Amino acid sequence: MPGEKKAKLAVWKFASCDGCQLSLLDCEDELLAVADAVQIASFPEVSRAVVKGPYRISLVEGSITTPHDAERIHKIRRNSRYLVSIGACATAGGIQALRNFADTRQFVSAIYANPKYISTLQNSTPISDHVPVDFELRGCPVNKRQLLEVISAFLNRRKPLISSHSVCIECKLRGVACVMVARGLPCLGPVTHAGCGAICPAFHRACYSCYGPMETPNTEALAQRLKQMGITGDELVRAFRSYNAEADEYRRESTIHEREE
Amino acid sequence: MTNKARRSLHEPAVISTAQLAQFFAGLSESGYRIIGPTVRDDVIILDEIAGPTDLPVGWTDRQDAAAYHLERMPNSALFGYVVGPQSWKKYLYPPRLELWQAARNKRAFELKQKQPEPPKLAFVGVRPCELAAIEILDRVLTGGEFSDEYYRRQRENTFIIAVNCTEPGGTCFCASMGTGPRARHGYDIVLTEVVDDSGHRLLVDTGSEAGLSAMSKLTAERASNEIQSRADELLSRAAGRMGRSLDTADLRELLYRNIENVYWDRVGKRCLTCANCTLVCPTCFCFATEDTTDLEAHRARRERRWDSCFTMDFSYIHGGSVRPSAKSRYRQWLTHKLAAWHDQFGSSGCVGCGRCITWCPVGIDITEEVCAIREHDPAQATVTEESNI
Repeated sequence: MPGEKKAKLAVWKFASCDGCQLSLLDCEDELLAVADAVQIASFPEVSRAVVKGPYRISLVEGSITTPHDAERIHKIRRNSRYLVSIGACATAGGIQALRNFADTRQFVSAIYANPKYISTLQNSTPISDHVPVDFELRGCPVNKRQLLEVISAFLNRRKPLISSHSVCIECKLRGVACVMVARGLPCLGPVTHAGCGAICPAFHRACYSCYGPMETPNTEALAQRLKQMGITGDELVRAFRSYNAEADEYRRESTIHEREE
Repeated sequence: MTNKARRSLHEPAVISTAQLAQFFAGLSESGYRIIGPTVRDDVIILDEIAGPTDLPVGWTDRQDAAAYHLERMPNSALFGYVVGPQSWKKYLYPPRLELWQAARNKRAFELKQKQPEPPKLAFVGVRPCELAAIEILDRVLTGGEFSDEYYRRQRENTFIIAVNCTEPGGTCFCASMGTGPRARHGYDIVLTEVVDDSGHRLLVDTGSEAGLSAMSKLTAERASNEIQSRADELLSRAAGRMGRSLDTADLRELLYRNIENVYWDRVGKRCLTCANCTLVCPTCFCFATEDTTDLEAHRARRERRWDSCFTMDFSYIHGGSVRPSAKSRYRQWLTHKLAAWHDQFGSSGCVGCGRCITWCPVGIDITEEVCAIREHDPAQATVTEESNI
């Protein structure tokens, strides 16, 4: 069968909302090209059928939050030539990493009638904390164009064209005037990883950093400026503690302002 | 000589705002798209305009470090503001430009280089600092051994209506850089707007044959001595009201001898390395070339896009980035702009437009940084110590 010669692409889900998988499904027209170029061996959002490995590319969505998942990711790594983690959960622990700043056992006992059936880890952690990762694609959710670019790059053994500079550059490329300067909005764009195409600033909204920290984020200088603009310490904690709360630079910055409170 | 006689270059005339509309219409008829400042979402940007009424009529901009907002003026001046976040490089040197596409055929690949023919553009409201910036880009992009063809062809297709600055902004320092507030050359026509009790008048000076021939379609009045001296007065007043100033004396040497000054660490701590300063700068021309393929590698594409010396990729070579710290990147930008530019291109790279000050999200001010380096200059310190002895 001609299909057997194609590279196998697998999508794996861990603790996540499935939004990043949906970005792949959202490719619509391009999805046919993807299906032509690769054999889709696993894609839980589409089908329960799973074709046996090994896989050329595994796209991993979600964070590690249970002992079972901490095992499962190793099996996927062993069966994959390239492992690409996609989205804020897989690259930084996701919104669920907010539990890393609290006691997870208390949540479990407060929420579940029979906590003894719940097997969960104290912290939500990114895939790269558990296995070596070949590439991390940022975003909450990931951008479908970028996802296609990463798949193309790994299929063709070239470097993905994904920039890790600030969102500011994307604003300027599309002619959006700085919302921080012109509107006094508390924008996280200067410390945020590019990739979305500056969606929020284009609609006069401040960037809330769903792509996480850029390559060299100066969160301290930005936080200082935001304070001058009237943002309180408590608001700063929340600003840095969202989808990428567990990313090193953001964890450090939010913790500093938590202590101030 | 009658009024109808052919005017000569630099023979001042006066037109009304209605005549300016006629002038725009004439350019449109000659196939020019009119590009000018216009208010969009509370900011003055550059875009295609239909006529003078699309200009920011009666608006002025208040600018300071990391601060920008528009305010109503008591009159209906067409040009009562300075420069916004965008500069003319948006059109002359577009943010993205496809360089080529390649398609695989059986044995080789086919190259498609279909660079578009640049449109005929009439730039309206080009300020003296921006004329200086365009002159710099001309030198950088077409003055050397290799010429940027798209830029060169766009420049040939561009008509420039400059405007002298009678209302300098809070972050302007063109007077220090010797680029304004009066345009000296580089325009087809230049306007000085005079709004007073005598009415709303535009003093016109022609700077090129193209400007002269475009003006010949209007029956413009000869400029009286009264309006000329009024314009002179407004411009000399403007020169004295700049929001910022920069002491350029010995600047190149000052920066070269202070490459290791500890002061750079201080600005490095404040700098976000976000690249805003470079992208709003009208002379920053750095770009990245980006290659992509489709999934099956049947097609490849190369694009040029604006880049910045503030990114890690910019100085990436095997093993890592040459300038990993914010300090090293800020120093690179400032010393290139104000010092190394002289060695490389024979002028300063800064025209004093103030955009990098206004649009830095944390308000880093190039004029203050130079002042601080000057104050912390060990050579100066030695002089002071000696004089104390």
